Amino acid sequence: MARNPIFSRRRRSDQLDALDRFPTSDSEVHVLAVDDSLVDRTVIERLLRLTACRVTAVDSGIRALQYLGLQDETNSQVGFDGLKVDMIITDYCMPGMTGYELLKKIKESSTLREIPVVIMSSENVVARIDRCLEEGAEDFIVKPVKLSDVKRLREYMVGDEKTGNERSGINKRKLREPCDQPSSSPSISSPASSDSSPSCPSPSSSPSDSLQSTPSSSEPSSPMSTPQSDGSK
Amino acid sequence: MLGFRADRLRADMNRLLALLFHQGVLDEQFLQLQQLQDESSPNFVSEVVNIYFQESERLLKNLRALLIERDLTDYKKMGNHLNQLMGSSSSIGANRVRNVCIAFRANSEQNNRAGCLRALEVLEHEYCYLKSKLHELFQIEQQRVLGAGVRYPMQQN
Repeated sequence: MARNPIFSRRRRSDQLDALDRFPTSDSEVHVLAVDDSLVDRTVIERLLRLTACRVTAVDSGIRALQYLGLQDETNSQVGFDGLKVDMIITDYCMPGMTGYELLKKIKESSTLREIPVVIMSSENVVARIDRCLEEGAEDFIVKPVKLSDVKRLREYMVGDEKTGNERSGINKRKLREPCDQPSSSPSISSPASSDSSPSCPSPSSSPSDSLQSTPSSSEPSSPMSTPQSDGSK
Repeated sequence: MLGFRADRLRADMNRLLALLFHQGVLDEQFLQLQQLQDESSPNFVSEVVNIYFQESERLLKNLRALLIERDLTDYKKMGNHLNQLMGSSSSIGANRVRNVCIAFRANSEQNNRAGCLRALEVLEHEYCYLKSKLHELFQIEQQRVLGAGVRYPMQQN
């Protein structure tokens, strides 16, 4: 990746004229996009800009943490170029630190855990989705990402900014219920299969598991009736 | 006269696109990419596709190098490359390439070297076909744009 700038904002400054039609006020949302694939970074960047977001795109979880100031232990929501991050959208499968591990690190940080994190994955795996939501992910998008997916996310961000609500665990629990919640992931309506480990192998298809719409029993995720240990996220 | 030519070029483009959709070479994600192209980003599709070509060729080269390794074939690494190729193919709507990757990955998970070699042949063939067709598409598009009086900047390559 040496020939490509890590931070796409440098490239973006060349296109400022073309972006005049997008608002540049303080109310504009700033999204940090994390994906090791340059193709995907390019697409997600475009999708986000079309929904009037400022975008910073990085190619790994480590760089994301650096940008957020976590690596340097100067815990701050402000990226080192001075922009507050309003949302993080990350790929699940990345070499080094996975999107899941990045999610955990963010949710473990007292200063960063309020930032909504959205996970993207090309694998539609119920257990993986559950695990991410349990860890505090705001949403889970199955790739390829479309404009409608990103527009839906924009609604989360605008809503939270206006009301200043702390994200509660309620959304998490509702998303995990078997009955359909309109806000929960239209993206996971296609048939899913189970996976058995936190790394990124291909999903092993098992006919009985794929028919389940409730949390699959092959994963050590807690059943719905057990109260979540952390309700303050 | 210019109008007639532009119409014919547009028809050519649509016919080619329809063929590629019909063959399953492209899927609706490609249409999504086209929707993201406008005056503020007039070459978006070709830019993304060119990045895809560069990434894919690198991955294909790596896959071939891994398979030539007779003694200790690194199937795990192969799987990683395939996941990458699958992901980016799906992101641009390269449906057939993605499907071949899936079959290829199944072979690598079974450590089936012969199966992998066969899959690689098919993958390279599919990729070449996709690349030549997309180049054709961009050429027609460029001619159409030029004919329309250069409303857009010249397509970079």
